[in-house]
Amino acid sequence: MQRTSFDDYCPPRSSDPVTMTTLPEATTDNELRIIEDATCTFCGCVCDDIDLHVKGHQIVKAQRACVLGTAWFLNHEIEDRPACLIDGQPATVDAGIERAAQILGNARYPLTYGLSDTTTESQRIAVSISDWIGGCVDTTTSVCHGPSGMAFQGVGEVTASLGEVRNRGDMIIFWGSNPAESHPRHFTKYSLMPKGMFLPGGRKDRTCVIVDVRKTKSTKAADIFLQIKPRKDFEALWTLRALARGLELDAQKVEDETGVPLSVWQDLMERMKKARFGVIFFGMGLTMTRGKHANSEALLLLTRDMNRYTRFVCKPNRGHGNVTGADNVVSWRTGYPFAVNLGRGFPRFNPGEYTASDVLARGEADAALIIASDPMANFSQPARDHLASIPYVALDPKETPTTRQAAVAFTVATYGINVPGTVYRMDDVPIPLRPAFDSPFPSDLEILKGIERRVRTIVRERV
Amino acid sequence: MVNMETFILIPGRTSNQGCGISEGKFGPTYQAEIHRLLMAPVDMQRLEIASGQRVRLRSEHGQVDVAAEPAKGDELPSGLLFIAYGDLSSRLMGGDTHGSGMPTSKGIDVTLEVLPTLPLV
Repeated sequence: MQRTSFDDYCPPRSSDPVTMTTLPEATTDNELRIIEDATCTFCGCVCDDIDLHVKGHQIVKAQRACVLGTAWFLNHEIEDRPACLIDGQPATVDAGIERAAQILGNARYPLTYGLSDTTTESQRIAVSISDWIGGCVDTTTSVCHGPSGMAFQGVGEVTASLGEVRNRGDMIIFWGSNPAESHPRHFTKYSLMPKGMFLPGGRKDRTCVIVDVRKTKSTKAADIFLQIKPRKDFEALWTLRALARGLELDAQKVEDETGVPLSVWQDLMERMKKARFGVIFFGMGLTMTRGKHANSEALLLLTRDMNRYTRFVCKPNRGHGNVTGADNVVSWRTGYPFAVNLGRGFPRFNPGEYTASDVLARGEADAALIIASDPMANFSQPARDHLASIPYVALDPKETPTTRQAAVAFTVATYGINVPGTVYRMDDVPIPLRPAFDSPFPSDLEILKGIERRVRTIVRERV
Repeated sequence: MVNMETFILIPGRTSNQGCGISEGKFGPTYQAEIHRLLMAPVDMQRLEIASGQRVRLRSEHGQVDVAAEPAKGDELPSGLLFIAYGDLSSRLMGGDTHGSGMPTSKGIDVTLEVLPTLPLV
């Protein structure tokens, strides 16, 4: 169907709520269809080997998906909700786009935030909107591995793809990361269990070390578990750096600071030196704790140090399905991965100044565009209080605390389930999406393109 | 006498919380998971906290009331608390990111106060 308006496809909902009877005829059949090699976008593993069993507008089975992937696929059916709400009242999508464009186009310090659970195609348009309106663009990276992004810029990253890890990694270290709960197929698909090209014995050929402040579900998979003191990651990493350089350390001081005896660190270092291909996966246990980018920097430097002895790489375990895509897209468009301000007509990068959490907590932003994220649940109270006080636009497939308080809230189709496009796996490998069924709701891309078109006019008229 | 002690709080991700996000953030799975504080059993015993009893956590930035439950086995060492990321953990975070863009979201100093159990009606 040739659409001239969003409402040709997605009519107003005030008297016509979305129900199965209003869906396009071709998509209401109950015949079982199998979508092979569908891509799960719940976490950064982006598993692209899922077979989906689809009946009408419901996925009834997600073969090979983990517990998180199964919940993702089986709970994104078509919900009976308006496609657009303006000030909490059902409205047409076109009216929503107009109101959104007015809010953003007339703001003095607008913020675009989120982006990690949408396609790269949508991310690209979101950056364009930020450029037109001269605002800040920031992604959920800033509150997950943003500090690691700062460390990458400071000291670089010795890295590898997950395919290399699968085929070569014989010493796998997880630091401040709990993949058993956050990336359940990490062990079986990439890092521990697979029989690789150079690891025919699979798990038997690998040593797994876990460093954390508590015994997580992941520690059961470890050959060696090191429980360090809370907030002592920096000290523990520099202990290893010192050992890698052959420096003598005071055993008592090391144990007092890290909670782990020096002899255990020495043993770990010897094992690391003997590895053929070592890998350190690190999580938010490092980046969210005191030290933040200094912690990540220490880990990146340790990885670099180890390359004096053997091959060693590191990789952050990324949480959201396309947070890595957000880093890539914002980098292509602006030269920086997150925390970018476009207010002067050229990009400026400064975490702490242009990051969403700061821009909101300091009460600076006067409007916001929130895409596929939920700052009203996850940000600090001062940031949430300020966001609640300004007009903002939210795009999300689900109702969240953020959509509930938005001036304009769009219910959008779910990427990967209803919407095609591209996402980036946590190792920066682009993966195509294979959607399972159509949605009556517009995609992020459609909404953002509509806002961009309208914002251009508003900004030009203002100039 | 008020039963009060200082702890370090580690907010983090759990499978149930992840599943709850897909089911819907206002649904029972997500809500139950983010409103559950895990403690070392030895700490609960020392402070005479029954499983499910409400405690008050205060940080430099806010306070929340939450039900405490014992962590399985030795998952948590004494002095450490765990809660799934969500509204309650965010209320205890400060807005300052110390120039990093990231609020200190793990390893938060908190004071735990045991709340009196409500009498049965």
